[in-house]
Amino acid sequence: MDQFKFKSKKLPYLLVLPQMIIVAIFVLYPTFESIRMSFYTQTLFGEQLNFVGLSNYIDLVTNPDYVQTISVTLIFSAGVTVIGLVLGMALSLLVNQKIGGLFFYRSSLIWLYALSPAVAGTIWMFLMHPSYGVINRMLPFDFNWLLSGTHAMILVVVAAAWRMLGYNVAFFLAGLQGIPDSLLEAASLDGAGPLQRFRRIIFPLLTPTTFFLITMNLVYSFYRTFGIIHTVTKGGPYGSTRIMVYNVYRDGFINMRPGASSAQSVLLFVVVIIIILLQFKYLEGRVHYG
Amino acid sequence: MADEIMERITNRDFLLRLVNHLVLITIVVMLAFPVYYAFVVSTLEFEEVFRLPPRLLPGAELLENYAQAWYRANLGRLLFNSTVFSLLVSLGKIGISVLTAFALVYFDFRGKSLVFFLTLVTLMMPVPIRVVSTYEVIASFGWLNSFRGLVIPMMYSATGTFLFRQTFRQIPRELVEATIVDGGGPLRFLWSVLIPLSKTNLAALFVILFIWSWNRYLWPLVITTEPGMHVIQLGIEAVIPAGGDALPRWNHIMPVVIWAMLPPMAVILGLQKQFVKGLIEPEK
Repeated sequence: MDQFKFKSKKLPYLLVLPQMIIVAIFVLYPTFESIRMSFYTQTLFGEQLNFVGLSNYIDLVTNPDYVQTISVTLIFSAGVTVIGLVLGMALSLLVNQKIGGLFFYRSSLIWLYALSPAVAGTIWMFLMHPSYGVINRMLPFDFNWLLSGTHAMILVVVAAAWRMLGYNVAFFLAGLQGIPDSLLEAASLDGAGPLQRFRRIIFPLLTPTTFFLITMNLVYSFYRTFGIIHTVTKGGPYGSTRIMVYNVYRDGFINMRPGASSAQSVLLFVVVIIIILLQFKYLEGRVHYG
Repeated sequence: MADEIMERITNRDFLLRLVNHLVLITIVVMLAFPVYYAFVVSTLEFEEVFRLPPRLLPGAELLENYAQAWYRANLGRLLFNSTVFSLLVSLGKIGISVLTAFALVYFDFRGKSLVFFLTLVTLMMPVPIRVVSTYEVIASFGWLNSFRGLVIPMMYSATGTFLFRQTFRQIPRELVEATIVDGGGPLRFLWSVLIPLSKTNLAALFVILFIWSWNRYLWPLVITTEPGMHVIQLGIEAVIPAGGDALPRWNHIMPVVIWAMLPPMAVILGLQKQFVKGLIEPEK
């Protein structure tokens, strides 16, 4: 249904002006500049720009350090997303029937999402500190994220996934509660065991929720985990946790290589576009948020 | 006989339900435990932090530790900056996107779809993909280390515009026409009819945006270099000694961590329904 319309000709422009000015100056122009800058190099004090074509990009993909950054990012994002989703789904499956108090449980699970990445990182770096961490003392082996790259990666993945876990469980719970009991009972009567019921009924019916959570967790792990890396590992040891977002910051603001940093920003931009396209492709008629 | 069976079934049902609740409560407790433990550490004496077995109940040093942290981390300033930043950003985002949505729904004008498109397209442009060039724009305005520089560039919202566009569209046309008969121009209509009618959505969006702004990290890190302009998230990193060898005073660090999470928690407690609603219904 069409809404009532006011007649004024000038007012609508005045109304949209603030948002348009801010978006143009602080979002669109910088994005455009970011792309343009990725084709230039700059001298140390910024007085001269040299057009270098694709050479920033070529430097990136041929630089072993950056290749490491890409693989570290993929491991980190896959780790956060897979652990978060598998654990989230497993935990929510423990609740195998309709129960009351769903709102209470959802709220008490989802609040962890309001903790900042920096807070999550700090708590876990303390819990897993090599010399006095409570968790380390219970482990049967040495866990030292200050020295071992693998251990550092585990630490940041755990911290990042933990913050999202309550959120994931809350959504899976809601999805599970939406599956009709009669469907599961019918399957049981037909002799389907728990595993088959999961594979044939529960998992397919949870697909919309799963897909939504995959995109949320991917976006989170690619763009919103900077605070964990900056507070806990600074990308170390030896670049083993230097994810792409962190490297954009490091090259742009510490190593003072704006051209290289911009090229990396553009690569991150490509990742956003892929995630969004994936979302749109899937959203078409198939996914609905319950 | 039948009674007995019925009783058995209800007993079994009751037990199952009990088990399910216990499972859920265990999950909730386990997930929350790290936060609880951080709080415990913030109340201990320095030596108690490292004692074995670990102390699981709060100690007696709460006031002392929080006072120390307040003084050492300049917490007052950090919290003030975070509060001003988050309030201005979330209210600014809401105000600006309400205006745009109002124009989109209640007016016909050329370039309308362009406005909508340019707003939505910002979803693809988070800070990390343009951080150096945005920094340069702010620097060229001389806005580094200022609230202007921190807040104004954040005052746009695709989510907000989209949400209010949906909300305004769903208000029945008859209701709109009836209220307009009473006189008053479009702005008056916006202020005294639309905004009161959208209260629930305004509150839900406010909660989400406030927490989102409070937890910003990269943005304040690059825009502010003076510690006096830092927000609390950056303050955490500042109190953790670099290099892992020394024994940091965790009983003075954890109060900073707790303070960094308190305001979002308070907002959630106060507006719990809106928070869950805002998150569960992310119809972008």
